Amino acid sequence: MSKSLNIALLGNPNTGKTSVFNRLTGLNQKVGNYPGITVEKKEGVCKLNRTTKAHIIDLPGTYSLNASSMDESVVIELLLNKNSKDFPDVAVVITDVENLKRNLLLFTQVKDLGIPTLLVINMSDQMKRKGIRLDIPLLEKQLDTHIALVSTRENTGIDHLKTLLLNYRQLSTQPTIALESIDPVYFENLKKAFPNQQLYKLWLVITQDVNFAKIDRNRVSDTTDFKTQSESVLKRMQQKETVKRYQFINTILKETLEIDRASATDFRSRLDRVLIHKFWGYIIFFVILMTVFQSIYDWSSIPQDFIDATFAQLSEAASTKLPQGLFTDLLAQGIIPGLGGIVIFIPQIAFLFFFISILEETGYMSRVVFLMDRGLRRFGLNGKSVIPLISGTACAIPAVMATRNIENWKERLITILVTPFTTCSARLPVYAILIALVIPQGSFLGLNYQGLMLMFLYLVGFAMALLSAWILSMTIKIQSKSYFVVEMPNYKFPLLKNVGITVWEKTRTFVTEAGKIILAISILLWVLASYGPGKNFSEAEQIVQSNFTELEGEELTNKINSHKLEHSYIGLLGKSIEPVITPLGYDWKIGIALISSFAAREVFVGTLATIYSVESDAEETIKNRMASEVRADGTPLFNLASGISLMLFYAFAMQCMSTLAIVKKETNSWKWPTIQLFGMTFLAYLTAFTTYQILS
Amino acid sequence: MISLDQLTKGAQAKIESIETDQLPLKLIEMGCLPGNTISLIQKAPFNDPLYFKVDESHLAIRRETAKHIFVRLLE
Repeated sequence: MSKSLNIALLGNPNTGKTSVFNRLTGLNQKVGNYPGITVEKKEGVCKLNRTTKAHIIDLPGTYSLNASSMDESVVIELLLNKNSKDFPDVAVVITDVENLKRNLLLFTQVKDLGIPTLLVINMSDQMKRKGIRLDIPLLEKQLDTHIALVSTRENTGIDHLKTLLLNYRQLSTQPTIALESIDPVYFENLKKAFPNQQLYKLWLVITQDVNFAKIDRNRVSDTTDFKTQSESVLKRMQQKETVKRYQFINTILKETLEIDRASATDFRSRLDRVLIHKFWGYIIFFVILMTVFQSIYDWSSIPQDFIDATFAQLSEAASTKLPQGLFTDLLAQGIIPGLGGIVIFIPQIAFLFFFISILEETGYMSRVVFLMDRGLRRFGLNGKSVIPLISGTACAIPAVMATRNIENWKERLITILVTPFTTCSARLPVYAILIALVIPQGSFLGLNYQGLMLMFLYLVGFAMALLSAWILSMTIKIQSKSYFVVEMPNYKFPLLKNVGITVWEKTRTFVTEAGKIILAISILLWVLASYGPGKNFSEAEQIVQSNFTELEGEELTNKINSHKLEHSYIGLLGKSIEPVITPLGYDWKIGIALISSFAAREVFVGTLATIYSVESDAEETIKNRMASEVRADGTPLFNLASGISLMLFYAFAMQCMSTLAIVKKETNSWKWPTIQLFGMTFLAYLTAFTTYQILS
Repeated sequence: MISLDQLTKGAQAKIESIETDQLPLKLIEMGCLPGNTISLIQKAPFNDPLYFKVDESHLAIRRETAKHIFVRLLE
């Protein structure tokens, strides 16, 4: 009979918790969300022996059980909820041998909850180099637990960890410190009021803003003999508790831990001297960013061309090989081009996540946060906003999620609101085709105009993010204390396995999430474009044939298709907004592309492709069609004025339903996504209007 | 006794007292507790934020937060 046990991995950030998780589970893992919130939930399965399977949850990194962010609340809520199907049979606290003292704080807290708790001391490969000696048997005795000394880098100790996990029943559940000694009267009363509850659990419920079904926080004070205290008194007690825990840890480590400082090499301070230098620090950061962006575009172009060609062939094959009919049309004109529009982003997204995860793994990201805090604070942002603003160049969705570790609510909110201004990869295909169309070839000082235009659009996005952050910080009235505490971790060489798994997981999530939307949109678009009310649509063939008697063959078919489109549901929609967008230099067909882009920007090119009744999705063909579109007076529709106006519209407008959905989740209100939608779109309209009126 | 934001680069000091109500609990948990030694490693441009080593932890905090921590210089 096979058994299964629940294991929860806990640990401070930067202890290699996820490396342990990856070592245990390999690719046997999945990333989901906790119900109702967007905190990532990583789960995996590991075979401990022939009969026992472990279901492992990698909980978000946390410094303690006193939550200061949403990620951390998840940890406490799971550990307090015995009825959860994920409630751990055994908790594993992962520590870094170099930061043992601080890491053990969390260990004592988890153990005090009465859950069997195992200790993992990671990065044992560093011990010799740093002159660290540990008396493991004595440490096990003093902490009253079992210890696995592992090195995820060298893959040692994992088997020992598995053996210890199998024998989890031997672990003691005795608390490490006596809470009563912090304030005897208070805790005695608390015990009397809830005789059946575990004391530390009660204390957590009182001090944390967490949901816990068994005890209603608000009713605690109704109970006789027990008074809740003011926040400031509670905080003092929490501080006392922390001091107590550190006393306990210090006493133990004095006997069990020896560090020979002489053998410590100071790699860290030497690197710090350069990387966060007042001048060179910024230059290095800028060079790294430039390199990252350059490589993303250079390296992606080959696989992207391949993907583009493959989907064009697929579409072609579907329409010629499959029997004629509604389903074939839907497949060839709707679904395949729509899917191609998402698959084509995979190389860029993967490379971007590759670079971002390397920057994070090495510990460099914290240095950037340190360097940028002062500058960004002027705009109402936070040093930690750097990460969302950089990863926003891939996609705003993970970027908005990356704001979670900004503790200050106002700064976090502003970061969420302005992140969609950064040039995400979905804007790229729009820019690419418009630049090729309206920006002349040629160069200035060796830099070609088209490349400069693209760079300008990126800069405009960042500038608008900063400007609107500044305006928001002046207008949003939220009083929240600005705390900024950033750990500066040791520099590490990135573990390729971790980087690989991150790239795989993030890219997969992006493709499936965005894929669902794009699939739905392309089906909807196809339906709206393939049906229409009235005779103008149903009798399009006869009408066109009688009006253009000289046309025949392909030209006739194209004419019929475009007549149909004009009178389809989506055509009517485009026509109806034409008066609004004419001052921006657009016609009703661009209008349709704009409307469909409100679901996701990347459908712009695909929509125009359908509209111009071009069979293949190859950009060259669409480009030629776009170039030959003319206005009533015979001048080209896409000229410098309308092209730049359109690019700026795409730079500023909020055209991404998924981002709006994630902002709604993260801010827990419709107010902010609504403001984003109308504010950004109004700004886009105004800019596009001004640009077109000046340039034309 | 001086407040932490006045500490010079490289100097060692001992934390004497902290204004608990003004500090995030997280900072306290990361070792910013009376009795621990602290030193300034680096200042960011415009002298803010400040990068300290306290006890075994390396962390960065803003100048305004450092003002609520009081230290005594060690020889």
